[in-house]
Amino acid sequence: MTTYQAGKFDVAVIGAGHAGIEAALACARLGCKTAIFTINMDAVGNCPCNPSIGGTAKGHLVREIDALGGEMGKTADECFLQMRMLNRGKGPAVHSLRAQIDRLKYASVMKHKLELQENLELRQAEIVDVKRTENSEYPWQITTQMGAEFLLKKLIIATGTYLGGRIYVGEVSYEGGPDGTFAATRLGTSLRDLGLPLRRFKTGTPARVLRSSIDFSELQEQAGDEPPEAFSFMTEDMGENSVVCHISWTNENTKNIILENIHRSPLYGGMIEGIGPRYCPSLEDKIMRFPDKERHQLFIEPCGLNTEEMYLQGMSSSLPEEVQLKFYHTIKGLENAVVMRPAYAIEYDCVDPLTMSATLEFKDFPGLYGAGQFNGSSGYEEAAAQGLVAGVNAALSVLGKEPMILERSSSYIGTLIDDLITKGANEPYRMMTSRSEYRLILRQDNADKRLTPIGREIGLVTDERWESFLRKQQQIEEELQRINSTTLSPSDELNAILVSRETSAVVSGVSLADLLRRPQISYKDLESVDVNRPDLARSVFEQAEIEIKYAGYIKKQLDRVEQVQRMQEKELPADFDYKEISGLRLEAQEKLNKIKPRNIAQASRISGVSPADISVLVIWLSGRKRKGGEQ
Amino acid sequence: MKDNTIAAISTAQGQGGIGIIRISGEKAIEIADRVFVPLNKKPLSSLFGYQASYGKAVREGEVLDEVVAILYRNPKSYTGEDVVELCCHGGLYVTRSVLRAVLENGATLAEPGEFTKRAFLNGKMDLSEAQAVMDIISAKSKQAARAAVSVRTGALTKKTDAIKDNLVSLAGHLCAWADYPEEDIPEVTSKAIEDTLNKAKADFSELIKDYERGQVILHGIDTVIAGRPNVGKSTLMNLLSGFEKSIVTEIPGTTRDVVEETVIVGNVTLNLCDTAGIRETDNIVEKIGVDRTFERLSSCSLVLSVFDSSEELSQEDITLIENLSDVPAIAIVNKTDLKRKIDIDYIKKRIPCVIEISAKSGDGKEALEEAVANVTGTKDFDPCSGILTTERQRAAAQKALSALEEAQNTLFEGFSFDAVTVCVEDAIDKLLELTGENVSDAVVDDVFHSFCVGK
Repeated sequence: MTTYQAGKFDVAVIGAGHAGIEAALACARLGCKTAIFTINMDAVGNCPCNPSIGGTAKGHLVREIDALGGEMGKTADECFLQMRMLNRGKGPAVHSLRAQIDRLKYASVMKHKLELQENLELRQAEIVDVKRTENSEYPWQITTQMGAEFLLKKLIIATGTYLGGRIYVGEVSYEGGPDGTFAATRLGTSLRDLGLPLRRFKTGTPARVLRSSIDFSELQEQAGDEPPEAFSFMTEDMGENSVVCHISWTNENTKNIILENIHRSPLYGGMIEGIGPRYCPSLEDKIMRFPDKERHQLFIEPCGLNTEEMYLQGMSSSLPEEVQLKFYHTIKGLENAVVMRPAYAIEYDCVDPLTMSATLEFKDFPGLYGAGQFNGSSGYEEAAAQGLVAGVNAALSVLGKEPMILERSSSYIGTLIDDLITKGANEPYRMMTSRSEYRLILRQDNADKRLTPIGREIGLVTDERWESFLRKQQQIEEELQRINSTTLSPSDELNAILVSRETSAVVSGVSLADLLRRPQISYKDLESVDVNRPDLARSVFEQAEIEIKYAGYIKKQLDRVEQVQRMQEKELPADFDYKEISGLRLEAQEKLNKIKPRNIAQASRISGVSPADISVLVIWLSGRKRKGGEQ
Repeated sequence: MKDNTIAAISTAQGQGGIGIIRISGEKAIEIADRVFVPLNKKPLSSLFGYQASYGKAVREGEVLDEVVAILYRNPKSYTGEDVVELCCHGGLYVTRSVLRAVLENGATLAEPGEFTKRAFLNGKMDLSEAQAVMDIISAKSKQAARAAVSVRTGALTKKTDAIKDNLVSLAGHLCAWADYPEEDIPEVTSKAIEDTLNKAKADFSELIKDYERGQVILHGIDTVIAGRPNVGKSTLMNLLSGFEKSIVTEIPGTTRDVVEETVIVGNVTLNLCDTAGIRETDNIVEKIGVDRTFERLSSCSLVLSVFDSSEELSQEDITLIENLSDVPAIAIVNKTDLKRKIDIDYIKKRIPCVIEISAKSGDGKEALEEAVANVTGTKDFDPCSGILTTERQRAAAQKALSALEEAQNTLFEGFSFDAVTVCVEDAIDKLLELTGENVSDAVVDDVFHSFCVGK
């Protein structure tokens, strides 16, 4: 192939999906000359699976991305069709916001933002080669299929399901990316030659059917929250929900058709080697794994306002198209459904994240970063979160600044990355609230309090966002003080409220804080008796209320954070051969050498490293320090 | 890591003369002051380093033992931290009770080699010793790992796994219900949570209770044989031991000292102390023996009081019976081979458990075994059914139990289930200290194993 020198960039990003977008925007906004490459200009910011952003734990990620100055939350707000706060009534730790979005609008808004972004070039090209150079300033070079060579300071790989993508629909299988795009076929070879440990993962998506072919008359409707809440702490006017979703169920016939044809599934027929996620099972998976379950639920979700395509959430499959048609038609409401795109499974290359550090840079390849599905995760939000972290760190490194490392106790983003780089991913990794041991402090409502100061320090938080943040924090502080210092006298009105909430009446003056500590009593309940209450935004009083009501539990979690903090301060070297410490067990030596934890806290989370190994490490570390001091 | 205060028995665990509990860390003195009641009423916190104080160790208001406490102030101690050493007189059982009191008052059980590790970290040892310390820790941990493997495959694992499975499946259900709000996952009800918590609490309490009983079986119960001279105490002891240990003669008052012997009665190990006979005496040496006997009666865990069936109850017998009102005791009416003169009903009114034997011929030995099993609470206890065997395991079970109680309170007060979930996971966390697994992994696995979720 004839090649030509096409230019130099501080940072290049391969892939313009949710990870690539956040990575590229962060780099450009931090002042780096940045390029972002997409294999197909019409697939930028595509949502090839469900037309929704957020959901349990993922909603937390979106809020956190926003709090740091990322883009996903704002764009989701601009393109939402329906908003729902999930898990209301299950406690503040698990409240999660989810938006149904207009996927075409989302993609075009995101693409436009990339186009308008200063310092950023968006290009259509398949990257076919990645290699290291002898140039110390520009240690990386990539080549496009047209032969254009770019010299780079940093390179971020965010290839999603495109890398070595292979589609499966029953016995039919072909190379391809999501939504009928081409796969990136040559890049994988180049990365393998470089020495990256790639493996195969698998995911899938259900069919899209024509709206007018669905009979909604007997289906249960699901509407959004009124008024809709925004993801972004900066969104002021959300407008209104514009669509509803519908719920239906599979039945005995659906099950029978699948069982009769299970041998034609590439997964059960043994054609697919990739490991699929347990949490995103195909319908045939669900039926095989839970044979006693009589029916499975599905949601019918609109893909946008200017399209009649409807997404069948819960009905992903890799059975042959003909079987899909048969089983979809057994479902109430879908008897005459016209399938516009069949369901398919996609198998793709991704990397073992244990080879990365918390900045998402490869430990053995300085200047090379990975993000998103390439790192073994699953989901738009997980991808965007990593893209932001990889982008910020690549940029900070270009600028010669300290990296941004988010600890588990700071965020779901930190938890996600720590899980990936410490425990690895044996299947596509999805964020769940159950993954965080700090759930009661890492809430979606306080993501700004946790992360906006960090975003400000990095330089991604604008003055406008910062001022609005400070204002909000001050209001919360003042309201907390007011609640703590206000006493209500026992009135008939107050006692009527208390009794109606099934909690005991009061006979003497009682502090507002004490009343709020009662789980049965909400801030709203006391509106009429709390006469000096200022007019505050929900986002403000909600913070004050949660902090008071859950004070005991929050305190416990903070104590735990503090304990771990001390172990975090004991930093381990990045370039040490743990085989030299004879007191460590062999398994621990190997794991430590592979993962190279940053500090004792991370080391203690590695499976296969025992408390005794940790003790040995602490002693060794202290001996090493003392030796250093003596010299 | 070196911020908590640690404690452990630092003398070899066996039948040593004294046992030392070492406490080290920032709160060592504070914790020791909660367990140790000094005779001179001066708290340890008011003493200088290297000073000692005499007093009593107490747990929940109960006196455990007489203790000498030695205070070391940092950095002048073995570990370089504040250290208190409590020197007890008692055997293993007493020493362990004192350790438990220390743990209950805020110390954590020291890891293998942890005192030495702290000594090194605080600069009390030079660099060349670091390797040695690491070797000790890794050797001890290999030992522990081997022990853990044998525990894992045993009956205890079956029990803890059953508790764990219940809790993990509850946590898994709570998590699935929170993480997959729109799937048709059965609602988690307060009642269901409460039932699981109650069951787990009962299981943990049972484990902890079994630990005590297991200790009795494993390490023996301190037992005193008491009775006036020549009722056949030594013959009884010899019968139990299977060979002659004490000097047996026809002259009353030969046994003047406490003789220790470990015997197995049924499936219970008794650490036997034969005592000097109880009688009014002017002989100085013998009087010391008699005083010691009474002292022993109040501190031991079981008294085998022996009476002579062929003689009427004497004043000494009656004094002995009166002294047994607060102690687990078995009245053994010996010499049933001779003509009975004793008022057995008098004893039965005061000591609930009375058996008749002939120590000489061995008749009634089975009745004795049964009585011992009854009085020590080991009758229906099967040591092969899986018991906690170490203080560390017990401490983990106790912490899990507390976490469950907190979960219950959280539920009872009406807090949202996210707070309850955190408490339940806390309990699993403590339980998994026994097995070394990771909570969130266990819960996430359960979510996907038990529920059909996912888009």
